Amino acid sequence: MTGSERLRAAFPKDRVALMPYLTAGYPTLEAAREVGEAYIAAGADVVEIGVPFSDPLADGPTIQATTTQALKNGADLDYCLDLASGLAGRVPVVFLVYYNVVFARGVEEFLRAAEEAGVSGLVVPDLPADEVGRFAELCGEYGVGLCPLAAPTSTDERLAWIGKLATGFVYCVSVAGVTGARDELPPGAVELLRRTRERTDAPVALGFGISSPEAAAEAASEADGVIIGSKLMQLVGEGGSERAGDWLSKVREAIVGVRQELHLKNQDQTQPLSPEDGG
Amino acid sequence: MRQKVDTGYFGSFGGRFVPETLIHALEELEENYERYREDPEFVEELEQLARDFVGRPTPFMFAGRLTRKWGGANVWFKREDLAHTGAHKINNALGQILLADRMGKQRIIAETGAGQHGVATATVAALYGKECVVYMGEEDIRRQAPNVVRMKLLGTEVRPVTTGARTLKDATSEAIRDWVTNVEDTHYIIGSVVGPAPYPRIVRDLQSVIGKEIETQARERFGADPDAVVACVGGGSNAIGAFHTFVGREGVRLIGVEAAGRGIETGEHGASLTEGKPGVLHGNLSYVLQTDGGQIREAHSISAGLDYPSVGPEHAYLKDEGFAEYVNVTDDEALEGFKACSRLEGIIPALETSHAIFHAEKVAKELGPGKNLVINISGRGDKDVAVAAEALGVDAQESEEVSGDG
Repeated sequence: MTGSERLRAAFPKDRVALMPYLTAGYPTLEAAREVGEAYIAAGADVVEIGVPFSDPLADGPTIQATTTQALKNGADLDYCLDLASGLAGRVPVVFLVYYNVVFARGVEEFLRAAEEAGVSGLVVPDLPADEVGRFAELCGEYGVGLCPLAAPTSTDERLAWIGKLATGFVYCVSVAGVTGARDELPPGAVELLRRTRERTDAPVALGFGISSPEAAAEAASEADGVIIGSKLMQLVGEGGSERAGDWLSKVREAIVGVRQELHLKNQDQTQPLSPEDGG
Repeated sequence: MRQKVDTGYFGSFGGRFVPETLIHALEELEENYERYREDPEFVEELEQLARDFVGRPTPFMFAGRLTRKWGGANVWFKREDLAHTGAHKINNALGQILLADRMGKQRIIAETGAGQHGVATATVAALYGKECVVYMGEEDIRRQAPNVVRMKLLGTEVRPVTTGARTLKDATSEAIRDWVTNVEDTHYIIGSVVGPAPYPRIVRDLQSVIGKEIETQARERFGADPDAVVACVGGGSNAIGAFHTFVGREGVRLIGVEAAGRGIETGEHGASLTEGKPGVLHGNLSYVLQTDGGQIREAHSISAGLDYPSVGPEHAYLKDEGFAEYVNVTDDEALEGFKACSRLEGIIPALETSHAIFHAEKVAKELGPGKNLVINISGRGDKDVAVAAEALGVDAQESEEVSGDG
């Protein structure tokens, strides 16, 4: 099974996938491994690992602070790959990585190393569809799932393009803005999920600003996955992996029932095409 | 499937490496720019303001005493320091505010290093009645205080940036984050030929008035093209502006001068073109100062405007194609250029510009008498008097001795 197949298979049919994020190397190189373990114990379906970059343009203050600390701790790409391989045996791992880190390693060499470490998918926030060209082909060759961003400002035409490029999942950005915990789900988020779903057969995940079990449950009615980052990094900062894991368990409880109810109402309409169905 | 119309590339450099959220705004900007750039009303409004508000064309001056001292080519100054607000930055800010106004954007944001772009943006925002926020690194706020006051007097909010080295790179990142968040009602007036497409091209076009005027003025004054044009390069907008008309023209050497900071060997410099390698920062692929792992390094220069670890993608292209030469000058050497220009020509230049002045001496000697060299005096040095006095005051004894012609 390729990484992208494994990633798609990780989206359960009967409920939304739980996709927690961690910054590699935060709060320390060792403690980041514990954070990953806590996520798995809390029932994560996919773990998203942020590869630290000095200038993370898509990230708000919370995640910026974690990447700054991680870089001070010495979290380079080799460390991130090692961290990924330690988790990837049990749960699909996705890298969130800024393009210069990929480019500096060399695109092919980066993909080879990622595949070897068991990384299933890539989110490259500063590589929009316009620039993805050859990179997408190479991801295909290495079987690593590409997970492009879709934004509330994306036109329907672009969403179709993005949807086609997504060999992993489509990462819907809930709000025009950077990452960071917000009190409630922005009103445009559900609309974006619907517009995206109409134009892709890839799973559709929602991220940016989901910071309460309630917001996650709300997203769960339309999304195939919820990505939670800043809130968890805040909790790790305050109380370590244990605190983050406990909170994540609550989110899991909140989202488990949602999709089943919806599923009964809508039958198959909201289902993504999973590998079992489509290939 | 949509295909790219304008690739936004200069050779293999440039592009649009930004989060999806911004793509729509960049497309909107590009469409509007294509629509208005040749619109007679737009062109007339821009030309009228360039004349009445900015004071264009800026003068073209024979620098007689420097010419005699250096003993080489005739030295000419293109006086962008005499443009309203004191630097070339106004050329770009003015064009972009006209675009923003036509796009119906009520809020303007900008990043600034030396503060000249911040002041230019604050100025045009006041002229057009727009809300304006300028991001500026805390370190730059300290060393360019007069410009901070000017922005505030013009009604702009200056937001200090406290991440990283607290200089231009960090201010640019924060401005981009603001734009991602407020993209619907906000136009980002980027200050140099950097950022995602179409910015490098728009800023170049708006700055290319400098080179066009040089061409005309050179023919009036000495009946030929200049033999060399020298300009400082941070992001590179004054240099592209001065070079663009002459790119590929036989007999015209184009020389960009980067900041060597405390010396290339110390690693504390801003010489992206000569010391960096290709990479992606702030939305484009260009030469970038970075570690082997692709982390962006902090730049250093005594001049805040050259304190940037990357450079406009078109410069990367001009360098690789051999259309322009790039060299670098240290902080100390720039201060020498600063002193020479102040004392011999009665013009206190910006510290950025001082890099070009210092290197021009070598070029003037290489060219020899009878040739003509143009230095783009990109900005005036009022903003730098505190930093320069501190740096030069270290050796107060010497500055006493070096009065007059030296």
